[in-house]
Amino acid sequence: MLKIGDQLFQSRLLLGTGKYPSFEVQKEAVRVSEAEILTFAVRRMNIFEPTQPNFLEQLDLSKYKLLPNTAGAKTAEEAVRIAKLAKASGLCDMIKVEVIGCDKTLLPDPVETLKASEMLLEEGFIVLPYTSDDVVLAKRLENLGVHAIMPGASPIGSGKGIVNPLNLKFIIEQSSIPVIVDAGIGSPKDAAFAMELGADGVLLNTAVSGAKDPVKMALAMKMAVEAGRLGFEAGRIGEKEYAAASSPQEGMVTS
Amino acid sequence: MTIQLNGLQVELPESVRNVEDLLKHYQLEGRIVIIELNHEIADKSKYTELSIADGDKVEMIHFVGGG
Repeated sequence: MLKIGDQLFQSRLLLGTGKYPSFEVQKEAVRVSEAEILTFAVRRMNIFEPTQPNFLEQLDLSKYKLLPNTAGAKTAEEAVRIAKLAKASGLCDMIKVEVIGCDKTLLPDPVETLKASEMLLEEGFIVLPYTSDDVVLAKRLENLGVHAIMPGASPIGSGKGIVNPLNLKFIIEQSSIPVIVDAGIGSPKDAAFAMELGADGVLLNTAVSGAKDPVKMALAMKMAVEAGRLGFEAGRIGEKEYAAASSPQEGMVTS
Repeated sequence: MTIQLNGLQVELPESVRNVEDLLKHYQLEGRIVIIELNHEIADKSKYTELSIADGDKVEMIHFVGGG
């Protein structure tokens, strides 16, 4: 079970809701993923088409926990404003702190992320900051009291997978709060790898929504997260330089 | 009356007097929408009390797909 704040979740897969080919595909992908936490962005309505359908309104909200992000924020103050708008919906108390510091790489601004997290904790939010895979920053965020830490595997939407497994491992080992690997996951092997490293969860979006068959990929990601977690709990064997036979060395019929 | 809605100048009929009227005008009753009026988040329970006046800045916010 994944525990964030005082809430328990069966699923360790958190799913983003952006860039699906259609609402129908998205609904089915969300269903088969068995994700319980879904991320959303906070945006202005298109006032010329205010009545257009909205994915969130098609969900059974009793089944899902909403995790709005502060995407679009470049400062702590902007992130806090977006978080407060999201909370005013009355639908959520969790917030994914996302303060981007570089338009090209979409890497988070560590200073503003830290500041925003502190301000949002004071406002009583359940705070999940999206961060770079910096080990010391992760500790600083944990010391503030954030409820989970979400280091990126590689740049958002890049699909490059886990580029620095060592840093992620260090973050996971030192952390006493959940570590959710967020951003950059490309394929099921990346999700399984994150879980094998000991991550408490994986958050991904484009890897599913941008797949040729998003529904099938959603199922693959669910299974990869489960397999990776089981593998981590089971404890993998150590690596050896040379072979070690699996069959007995005694009673060989060839000798 | 002219207000600034989501960064655009819009003309509203005289019948729109408060936040609730504004939502009705845009057929948004019962929808998931958050209103910010002159930089203050509008309390849902006070939509009828929060009057809209000429020159007000209003933001209509909702949730969209995102990661």
